[in-house]
Amino acid sequence: MAQIRIESVRKDFGSFNAVKSSTFTIEDGEFFMLLGPSGCGKTTTLRMMAGLELPTSGEIYIDGEEVSQKPASQRDIAFVFQMFALYPHMNVGKNISYPLLCQGMPKAQVRKKVGEIAEILGITDILKKPVGGLSGGDRQRVALGRAIVRDPKAFFMDEPLGALDAEFREHMSEELRNLHDRMNATTVYVTHDQLEAMQMGDKIVVMNHGSVEQFGVPQEIYDWPATKFVAQFIGSPCMNFLDFKGKVAGGQVSVQLDNAVLNMPELLDGASGDLTFGVRPEHVHLDDAAPYRGKVVATEYLGTTQIITLDTPNGQIKAREDSLKNVAVGEQIGLRFDARTVTIFDASTGRALRSHANQGVLSHG
Amino acid sequence: MAEVTLTNVSKSFGEDVALDDVTMTVPDGSFVVLLGPTGAGKTTTLRMVSGLDKPDKGGITIGGRDMAGMTPAQRDVTMVFQQYSLYPHLTVRQNLEFPLKSPILRTPQPEIDRKVNEVAEVLQISHKLDNKATALSGGEMQRVSIGRALVRQPSVYLMDEPLSSLDAKLRSDLRIELKGIQANSGATLLYVTHDQIEAMTMATHVGVLDNGKLVQFGTPRELYENPVSVYAASRLGQPRINVLPADIFGGAPGAATHIGLRPEQILQGDGEDSTVHRVEHLGDQTRLHLSFKSHDLITVTDAHTDLKAGDIVKIRPHEALYFGADGARVA
Repeated sequence: MAQIRIESVRKDFGSFNAVKSSTFTIEDGEFFMLLGPSGCGKTTTLRMMAGLELPTSGEIYIDGEEVSQKPASQRDIAFVFQMFALYPHMNVGKNISYPLLCQGMPKAQVRKKVGEIAEILGITDILKKPVGGLSGGDRQRVALGRAIVRDPKAFFMDEPLGALDAEFREHMSEELRNLHDRMNATTVYVTHDQLEAMQMGDKIVVMNHGSVEQFGVPQEIYDWPATKFVAQFIGSPCMNFLDFKGKVAGGQVSVQLDNAVLNMPELLDGASGDLTFGVRPEHVHLDDAAPYRGKVVATEYLGTTQIITLDTPNGQIKAREDSLKNVAVGEQIGLRFDARTVTIFDASTGRALRSHANQGVLSHG
Repeated sequence: MAEVTLTNVSKSFGEDVALDDVTMTVPDGSFVVLLGPTGAGKTTTLRMVSGLDKPDKGGITIGGRDMAGMTPAQRDVTMVFQQYSLYPHLTVRQNLEFPLKSPILRTPQPEIDRKVNEVAEVLQISHKLDNKATALSGGEMQRVSIGRALVRQPSVYLMDEPLSSLDAKLRSDLRIELKGIQANSGATLLYVTHDQIEAMTMATHVGVLDNGKLVQFGTPRELYENPVSVYAASRLGQPRINVLPADIFGGAPGAATHIGLRPEQILQGDGEDSTVHRVEHLGDQTRLHLSFKSHDLITVTDAHTDLKAGDIVKIRPHEALYFGADGARVA
């Protein structure tokens, strides 16, 4: 297994720039997520790592070796596609052993290896079955088995669960992650689903318009987004933005919005003009004593919690509260924000201002 | 607006029983969501009410009138399909106006304009009103097809997964809008989805379908807190309810074979030892995958927990649900 390093990688298709200078490192044994909306360049990035596309410029290192201009066959990686293709005329065991027989491995050794893999995947009892009659889950396990059996340096997966329904998807994502924990294989996984990325990933790269917006562990990205894009893309509901005009300076610990003083972590950077006060829904609390007011627009029941949508002088926001709390639509109510969790953004660049709270995360992202 | 009733409705397609003796009342002015996995009979129910299919047995009324033998047009319903169908040669505005221009309605033009602009505003497509319908993205086309239903005021709106093709942000905006439109206009709305968030957040009543049978009908809160079976309990709640052998913690009622524990029904810090097997930080909460007496279960904990794989957590049940051998709730 291997470390993968991406340095200043860029990809142009004709005059279209799909990936701008991307740099990040995937450590040995990590489960690594490439996350972003469609068209953000995540699949192109994965295909360049795999050797299915060649970068226009930049370097890709797998296990210290520069491979950016090498074909896929010389990179020793395994690619699992969204639509897994199996050899329909072979049984399960033959499908899995095929890559090894192609490499010229002795038969006895192949049998042993296939047996081990089948054990890991829990498909020992179907090795003799034709692939035709298999369930979706078993087909996926066989496809994985065929990828794993070669002991590649890394696994690349492009939305492998995209086509599955919600229930089965949940089950397979857990199984994939458990498999990874048993084998500790470096895995790079592309998805547009932020929950899937948070759930499965050790680290996440968030991409947008061909650029890396942020790179780090899921909880840090959630707590301290580097940009407004990340703040909105991660979390459901996403981070609230209270837009205001004004000026802030390093050392400042509060801002004034609609005649209320709102506290925040001490800023290190200053900015002026269009600014945004960012706070996550679970850090917005309904509190009659608070001077900042909002009007309840809607409430949405979610079992243990409810989402309350409010109109404020600085835009619409959402709060997550206990579902036992009685809230009526139309009610005017005070809003308190957990000051320790606030991020201030410069709205003109979309970037977060550094503060005492987020500087650690932003300096390595 | 009108009440809709189904009485002992059954429908088969060849060997397949799509609906099995369904009796249900959609109250006047309610937002009823039919919830169930693929093949449960949700869409078939909608098609029966709309008149696109006829029941093999049983009767349907809308506003007290028996619908037997009535065509879809005579029933005064509008239906939004999962697959949008627009008039490709018309603009967005013309598509939206079309239902109002029907010779039966004779709506005056200023009224049409007002209605169309209002609906376009709600659905965030005002800026596309003069585009050709074919020059829209999939999500925009779906919004126009919802809009075409909303410009009218039928007895009942019927909607079949109208939001499933939209992106997450738009879906969450439209959930609130649809619910608001329904609540303010007093419209009766029958809505089909397999998305539990849509069911919980929008519905006044949820009907849970299982293989053509209506197994529970009630408010989202009743369904969540008081499910009639393992199946019904598994429809709502993320992460899903944990189902374990009844006696695993002791103290189960006699008839129970299984105990059902939603994540919040597992108290931490007290009780018996379980091993943390995996920790998932989702941002606003953290999911704990626990091993307990060789069973797996999932609960949630504080977002910034220090727990990690291998740690021991004491757990005990709190206000658990109990189920019998056939899956039915016993306590």
